[in-house]
Amino acid sequence: MLEVQNLIKDYENKPLLKGVSFTVDKGQLVCLLGASGSGKSTVLRIIAGLEEPQSGAVLWQGQNLRDTPTHKRGFGLMFQDYALFPHKTVAQNIAFGLQMQRLPEDEIAQRVRAGLESIRMQSFADRPVTELSGGEQQRVALARALALSPSLLMLDEPLGALDHTLRTQLIQELRAMLRQSQIPVIYVTHDREEAFGLADRLLILHEGVILQQGTPQELFKQPASPWVAEFLGLGNLVPGVVSQTEPLTVKTAFAELSVPTQRQTLVAGQECKLLLRPEDALLSSAATPESNAFGCVVRDSRFMGEYHQLELLCGGVSLLARSQEPAQIGAGLQAQWSPERIQVFPNS
Amino acid sequence: MTKRSAPLTFALWLIPLAFLAFFFYQPLIAIFRVVFSERFSQGWALFEWSQVIKPLRFSFLQAILSTLLTLAVGLPAAWLFARFEFPGRQTLRAVSLLPFILPTVVVAAAFNTLIGPQGWINRALMALFNLSAPPLKLLNSLFAILLAHVFYNTSIIIRIVGAAWSRLNPRLEHAARLLGAKPWQAFTKVTLPLLTPSLLSASLLVFLFDFTSFGVVLMLGGPRFSTIEVEIYNQAMNRFNLPVAGLLSLIQLGITLLVTLLQNRVNTPRYGKAALNPERSALSRPAKPWQKTFVVLMVVCLIGLFAVPIFSLITRSFVTLEADRGQRGEAALGFTLRYYRELFHNRSGSIFYVPPIQAIRNSLVYSGVAILIAGSLGTLSAYAMARHARLNRLLEPLFMLPLGASAVTLGLGFLLVFNRAPWVNSSFPIMVPIAHSLIALPFVVRTMLPAVRGIPVSLREASRSLGANPLQVLLRVDLPILLRNLLVSLVFVFTISLGEFGASSFLSNPHAPTIPVAIYRYISQPGALNYGQALAMSSLLLLVCGLGSLLIEKIRLPGEELF
Repeated sequence: MLEVQNLIKDYENKPLLKGVSFTVDKGQLVCLLGASGSGKSTVLRIIAGLEEPQSGAVLWQGQNLRDTPTHKRGFGLMFQDYALFPHKTVAQNIAFGLQMQRLPEDEIAQRVRAGLESIRMQSFADRPVTELSGGEQQRVALARALALSPSLLMLDEPLGALDHTLRTQLIQELRAMLRQSQIPVIYVTHDREEAFGLADRLLILHEGVILQQGTPQELFKQPASPWVAEFLGLGNLVPGVVSQTEPLTVKTAFAELSVPTQRQTLVAGQECKLLLRPEDALLSSAATPESNAFGCVVRDSRFMGEYHQLELLCGGVSLLARSQEPAQIGAGLQAQWSPERIQVFPNS
Repeated sequence: MTKRSAPLTFALWLIPLAFLAFFFYQPLIAIFRVVFSERFSQGWALFEWSQVIKPLRFSFLQAILSTLLTLAVGLPAAWLFARFEFPGRQTLRAVSLLPFILPTVVVAAAFNTLIGPQGWINRALMALFNLSAPPLKLLNSLFAILLAHVFYNTSIIIRIVGAAWSRLNPRLEHAARLLGAKPWQAFTKVTLPLLTPSLLSASLLVFLFDFTSFGVVLMLGGPRFSTIEVEIYNQAMNRFNLPVAGLLSLIQLGITLLVTLLQNRVNTPRYGKAALNPERSALSRPAKPWQKTFVVLMVVCLIGLFAVPIFSLITRSFVTLEADRGQRGEAALGFTLRYYRELFHNRSGSIFYVPPIQAIRNSLVYSGVAILIAGSLGTLSAYAMARHARLNRLLEPLFMLPLGASAVTLGLGFLLVFNRAPWVNSSFPIMVPIAHSLIALPFVVRTMLPAVRGIPVSLREASRSLGANPLQVLLRVDLPILLRNLLVSLVFVFTISLGEFGASSFLSNPHAPTIPVAIYRYISQPGALNYGQALAMSSLLLLVCGLGSLLIEKIRLPGEELF
């Protein structure tokens, strides 16, 4: 339905977007994930028509939107700070878009009531929005954006200003409401938990380009680059050098590790990075000579509820590992990552 | 401050209050007494209400017209500075804010050089069409008054509304657009309502300044027009009808107080942080064609309004265009420094003639005294007001009342009370700097109060615990923190005192005029030399006030407003 083609945009004479392209299909929730300053909000603002790209196009159902002004695009955008009209009540805020459409009074009243009901804030109708809490404001902003039944809904870090407990609760509500509305959604965030919990499809925006896109599961299983792996917080990234090609072996600061054969051919001496996920670590106190196992010292052990997070010091490199058992700080341990669990990123 | 001792607060209040009681309330009471005295009740027979109604009606008429015109120019200008980035933005903004601090006589002189009979426009037309007399009679008209008021007060709209506009979250307007509002709908339904408090407050302030306008109306309107303020001057100084002057003063005081109260009421910010721009700046380069057109048109318009009269004044002070009085034949036309040189010459032909350099010297001395008085009293008052004592609620209104009194009212009151020994016969007319101090005092208090309030208690306590005695705390902690604001206040007092015209025209000794009084005298006398000297002095005053304004902008912390 929405097609974004090769957006290029400078900000203060520095390139911000360097060719961003993606599509959003019917009923899909697409998450745009990126660090702050990566240009995520600018992509939304361009789609909304609030900013113009230097080049590139936004197509809606095959039609270029270049000459369609913001107020005629029929998209909803929920701002990071909600941008509720402080001089209007909750109900007046929700009614604003409907009034712009010059709908009859009774229909406006009825749709405002429905909107208030959907966010379970019927009793708040005549309150000034300045008296609402952060979570309440967030819901009013969502109801205001949805009141017009927009053909596309964009959310710019809608949970950014809220505390953790409220966020988890609101993610659930948001999921339910968005699924119900069947409106395609672009959701911008820098929080990977939020993105994993909501997205049908995830786009990772970094330095003005989309580094990778796919389902959350795909990105989790196969990050396309060490940067993506690190950004998604997938685990330890360890530098190493290819020491042997048959079988493929990588020498790191603490051990020589066998790794799965790669699609692309690697040569001896080539530098690369290894992804060692904490949850794949096999730990034992007995030092048995096994492949891909190496000795290390426990530097820290933290209880995380479901597991213990261990910080291991191995040949000067610090690695995170999960363990079901607590460990004595300063004790020696043997750690092992089985070859098929290790991911290799050759340096380009 | 931790200690809320009433005695200390009272002691802080005492000196400024005594000063106000003696120099403000005593004259005010004197005005009341003159109006309701028997002398006046005998005068009822001669009194006609039209003496009051006519200036009152004109005051309202021109003030309303001026305010509307000022809004028409100021609102787009406020938008320009709040939202658009363009080359020369900072300079143009500085130039647009300059008029606020300019003395009325300078503004009047500047417009005289532009649209007056000897002004550039008429001179150019005379040269072009070989005319013997100036074809355009723009001076002494309502048009000239309105033009000068717009020139003067657009800076207030830019300052107040522009500041509110740049603080306004631009996303609110964007949200409206996304909800289907057309650009003008987003403006009228969202931006305008949110700007209303600042808009009302600025408009009322502009109205107030226009309503009590004195120098502009006197010098550009001519004898046909008089506002209440001018009529007070006329009745008192030309007709010696003090009761009518007093009555006009009281009516004006009542109206200005009412408007001031109203202005303070609407000025309170209503929505807290909800409407504030979360980002540092909402400036953007004009992107769309209509935006570019708007920026270009507005920049041209503002340059025309602000830069042209100022430029006209300065250039005109450097050229000879006509023969001197009594000089025969063709005058040497062209560039000259003569008017500036003449400032230092003493051509005492008449007994009323005062060499310009004398007026400059007088003004400098008066402003020095005014700085001392207003600076010390203002700082004391700021300290007193910063203490949250119950006494403050009683005393503050008493203290802020002088805000509503106009310069001419002050002058009239002084004339009634202090027109006797030892005040008059002394060689130094102390009443002039005292009047200037009273006028400047509210500005000092308003500049100092936030700074005094802002000194963290913990700093004072920490320095005490480190062994500093109260005096050391004052010098080592308070003073460095207040220094910036103190400097701003003093520069303010200096420029106000240099440019003050209304009270000075009442009070200054005929033999010892201030710069503005001298300018008024010179510009109303015939002859190229008098005209030129008035312009030269105006240009110098302009320069000093411009430098003062620049200094204030440089040392003032961002975000501190004057109103």
